[in-house]
Amino acid sequence: MSQATDSFEEIESAVVRFAGDSGDGMQTIGERFTDSSAFAGNDIATLPDFPAEIRAPAGTLAGVSGYQLQFGSRTILTPGDEPDALVAMNPAALKANIADLPEGGLLVVNVDSFKSMNLKKAGYEGNPLEDEEFRKKYQLIELDLTTLTKEALSESPLKPSDKARCKNFFALGFMCYVYGRPLEPTLNFFNQKWGKKLPEVAEANSTALKAGFNLGDTMETARNRYQLAKAAVKPGVYRKISGNEATVYGLVAGAQCANRELLYSGYPITPASPVLEGLSALKKFGVKTVQAEDEIAAMGVAIGASFAGDLSVVATSGPGMCLKSEFIGLASITELPVVICNVQRGGPSTGLPTKTEQSDLLQSLFSRHGDCPLPVIAAHSPSDCFDCAVEACRIALTYCTPVIFLSDLYVANGAEPWLVPNASELPAIISKFAEPGEKYITYKRNPDTLARTQAIPGQPGLEHRIGGLEKSEDGGVSYDPENHEKMTHLRAEKVERIADSLPATEIHGAAEGELLAIGWGGTYGAITSAAKAMQAEGFSVSSLHLRHLNPLPKDLGDIIKKFKKVIVPELNLGQLSLIVRAKYLVDAIPLTKVQGKPFKVSELVASFHKELS
Amino acid sequence: MSTTNTEESSLSKKDFVTENDVRWCPGCGDYAILNAVQRTLPELGVPKEKFVVVSGIGCSSRFPYYMNTYGFHTIHGRAPTVATGVKSANPDLSVWMVTGDGDGLSIGGNHLMHLLRRNLDINVLLFNNRIYGLTKGQYSPTSEVGKKTKSTPAGSLDYPINPLLFALGSEATFVARTSDTDQKHMVETFKAAHAHKGTSFVEIFQNCVIFNNNAFETVTGREVRSEQALMLEEGQPLRFGENKGIRLNGFDPEVVELGNGVEESDLLVHHSKTPNPAYASILAQMAYPAFPTPFGILRHIEGRETYEDALHAQIKSAQVQGEGNLQELLVGKNSWVVE
Repeated sequence: MSQATDSFEEIESAVVRFAGDSGDGMQTIGERFTDSSAFAGNDIATLPDFPAEIRAPAGTLAGVSGYQLQFGSRTILTPGDEPDALVAMNPAALKANIADLPEGGLLVVNVDSFKSMNLKKAGYEGNPLEDEEFRKKYQLIELDLTTLTKEALSESPLKPSDKARCKNFFALGFMCYVYGRPLEPTLNFFNQKWGKKLPEVAEANSTALKAGFNLGDTMETARNRYQLAKAAVKPGVYRKISGNEATVYGLVAGAQCANRELLYSGYPITPASPVLEGLSALKKFGVKTVQAEDEIAAMGVAIGASFAGDLSVVATSGPGMCLKSEFIGLASITELPVVICNVQRGGPSTGLPTKTEQSDLLQSLFSRHGDCPLPVIAAHSPSDCFDCAVEACRIALTYCTPVIFLSDLYVANGAEPWLVPNASELPAIISKFAEPGEKYITYKRNPDTLARTQAIPGQPGLEHRIGGLEKSEDGGVSYDPENHEKMTHLRAEKVERIADSLPATEIHGAAEGELLAIGWGGTYGAITSAAKAMQAEGFSVSSLHLRHLNPLPKDLGDIIKKFKKVIVPELNLGQLSLIVRAKYLVDAIPLTKVQGKPFKVSELVASFHKELS
Repeated sequence: MSTTNTEESSLSKKDFVTENDVRWCPGCGDYAILNAVQRTLPELGVPKEKFVVVSGIGCSSRFPYYMNTYGFHTIHGRAPTVATGVKSANPDLSVWMVTGDGDGLSIGGNHLMHLLRRNLDINVLLFNNRIYGLTKGQYSPTSEVGKKTKSTPAGSLDYPINPLLFALGSEATFVARTSDTDQKHMVETFKAAHAHKGTSFVEIFQNCVIFNNNAFETVTGREVRSEQALMLEEGQPLRFGENKGIRLNGFDPEVVELGNGVEESDLLVHHSKTPNPAYASILAQMAYPAFPTPFGILRHIEGRETYEDALHAQIKSAQVQGEGNLQELLVGKNSWVVE
């Protein structure tokens, strides 16, 4: 896979992990390295990994923040199982991450921080860098990052402590040298962020970045330098996008496709807050954002706005979903469109607020009291959040129903290159309000979709009342037993009929065979990569990834029948596998993991092998 | 509320009556309040289709079903959030929120507080009967200490909340009290609430004939009210009964009898527009038997921007240079082209 050149080793892909204290700016340099790689034309997948505490005690294991990315000239679907290179800014970062670095991996450490106090905080008895065995195990590069940064900034007017804070960019510069990354995107970033307000900060960071790069060029330590070709991708305009950004843009696009005003209400919660923040910055697009007093209120505001005719949206995470449940039931019985985004995190309760998990599927399907099925969809990658957000808007408005759109922390915080769609080519979402002059019947239904038509306040002659009490078709409160049964069936049937509008399910690999892996959500990259890897070795493994979790695609049952075994890898204790077993009466095998981390491709490959043997 | 229409209104009470049978208990105070609201709305100059009535859960919250307007019967305690959504989406609507002492001050206390502080232009009618009616007679957050009910056979333990003080503490810009026994006063109060631009909070003493009958009889009863209630009139001294008034002694109000050296000019004069909420708080804490119980507009502060106006003004200001372009947003600032 590698080919030596004069000064570069040509590689297909690489995995780099930056690790340091939560205050060290690891997320920042990870993102900058990602931008540079995108700019260089590589495909990318990222995995930011940070603690729940904003600033845990400096130097401790609890405070270690990491950012891993894989980039390459081939299609990259995951951030990589293990790093090829690790940058450790302090002993705690080394201790928390070194087990993942394979023997022979590139290890860059900031030796300035390897002092007895920091070693002790990290739980080291001695200095691992003084251990000969350790030194031989890796390609170790020891940099006096703090000292080197301060020296590089001797001319800068910044205070010494502020100068030291630029050391992350020195490290980034060095890694850009090693992997042949361009500096321009990072220099532009400094300029955009600080150029006008704090030019001396922009200048100092630029100097540190360049000094790191130049150090690579001049230092004598023997070391590889790598080069990657551009990824062969479809022509067009590309950008880097994170899952939450894509959700924000998809919601704005969905509102435009439907010609509705967008109202978003939310309450801050990790990892969904960037959706609230992102939409709040888009007032130019007419987006109304309300920061509500709590999760319940956010849902109520959205329901009120929906009643008044806006396309209304909330985003939250698991604990917020619990609080919204009663209101979601109201949106269901009143048949009002609301897009409900759940950016899943580890649960239950506060759980693992900054780690990923897919454990809210059953909550999404069943958390309301009463018989209350709702459409549920899930995004499989950062850029897929755009398509899913538009799809959620389509379903909500076409079927006049609340929709649950699941992403997860891994998808929401991860980033990848995105072929920017042409906004004018996005399909229109058709949903009309009742017009004055019509005789308005509140629960009269479209014969195809079973959707009711909304009449919005302000329209003369269409005055009507809705509410949580069961209604008859004409909108009157009804305690009639037959009517309740009829309406319950109609609401369920309406959701079922969404399946009529879904495309055929895409299968990765042969349409029949020994083993079918069924996934949903953020495990797409790992499952697809594992299936492909096994297919390349001649094994009969196919995979499919579900976007629509309720209703499930109509062809899924037939697809399942064509495989001898079905395995369902999920980051939970087996939630989709339960549904697949119940719905298709198949002995679907759950493959579960709840460590707050995504699947490794190697883990899945090993499990698939086990099922085949 | 101040959504007005300059056109002559040809609406009458019957335009606001629905075909639904009203299902409150015979003799319930809610009937009188419904009547007063149905008499008020046609006189506001607002087209009928612009009214939206939003409620929570409880006896009072059945209100929207009996109003021939747009209406939304939501869930327990959460009406303020839905009303906020309606008004934020379309500020042109005249939004009326109906709640009770349990719905508004117990399960929904948090939302009510935030509605009041945000000052959306919404009229809040809080029916206070000091009891849970729809769940058949448990004590409420406004019940007096020691209230014996099915859930508190030995008497309730907790100190009640004062709805007016709650509203004042939430910095409501319009705070008033009226009673289901006084049609004229209700209509006047609702009209003033509508005319106020900002959240108007109106506590209505409402009699529950089944579970807490005559709870307010000591201040609303025909024979006693002139002596035991204080009707607030803007710019007028606080006078009640034949010859009594309220004077301030330090920070404390006191009941005085005119004569024997006490002049009318010694009495407190009612100014609901006083910016300092201390005066309104003094009124809110006055209650029979130590004092006459006040009715009328306690506080009326004009000029504070409403939430929905500020929300839409920010959008308008962001769009001064034109609306956002979706394609530019999607491409962003750091894109690259693959040939």
